[in-house]
Amino acid sequence: MIQVRYFARLRDQLGTAAETLDDHPSTLGELAERLAARGEAWAEAFAGPVLMAVNHEMAGPDTVLHDGDEVGFFPPVTGG
Amino acid sequence: MKVHIAVQEAPFDAAAEQARLCAGDPNIGAVASFVGLVRGHNRVEGQEAEVSTLTLEHYPGMTEKALGRIVDAAAERWPLQGVTVIHRVGELRLGEPIVLVLAASAHRQAAFEACQFIMDILKTEAPFWKKERLPDGSERWVDARESDGEAAARWLR
Repeated sequence: MIQVRYFARLRDQLGTAAETLDDHPSTLGELAERLAARGEAWAEAFAGPVLMAVNHEMAGPDTVLHDGDEVGFFPPVTGG
Repeated sequence: MKVHIAVQEAPFDAAAEQARLCAGDPNIGAVASFVGLVRGHNRVEGQEAEVSTLTLEHYPGMTEKALGRIVDAAAERWPLQGVTVIHRVGELRLGEPIVLVLAASAHRQAAFEACQFIMDILKTEAPFWKKERLPDGSERWVDARESDGEAAARWLR
């Protein structure tokens, strides 16, 4: 089981802030692909630049997912 | 090194923060400070547009961790006595302060450079997002700027 969170424009596009997935693929990149295949809004949201984090650390597509992980998806940051 | 990192809705008092950072440390000879404000206009789809309010969102937990890592990276590069980073979130009006960075060192060069480094890296790595509200009531997420990526990248060369 993993927790997935979406932020900013991505959350608005998807209409969801967080969800729990009972089963997950082995890598972060595979998870992103699986989410993007959910439908038009998802494909569109994941087509833009999307940053990814696992357990509050920036992570790349090859990152291996483990039970209990928190995954975050979000657009490029614009703070400061 | 004295470090104070906060993500908060409340305003900050830059003078009080500077006094707190420097209190009791006779080795500090220089403090560089940066304050970012809500600007009244921004480029929207290539045209100047007025901005009435900004809403800032962050990733609770990750943002604080990312700021801590940026401060640690600064401390590895410059001899710092203390750093304060305060970043506001929530709805902010035109002209309100958004972010405060204080870098304290024995001498000015380290303080100046560390302050700029922290801001440049914060702009590209700390998970904050700005949403603008225009005077007609419409809202839009602010796009990341290429120039911010370039400013951060020059420290890595």
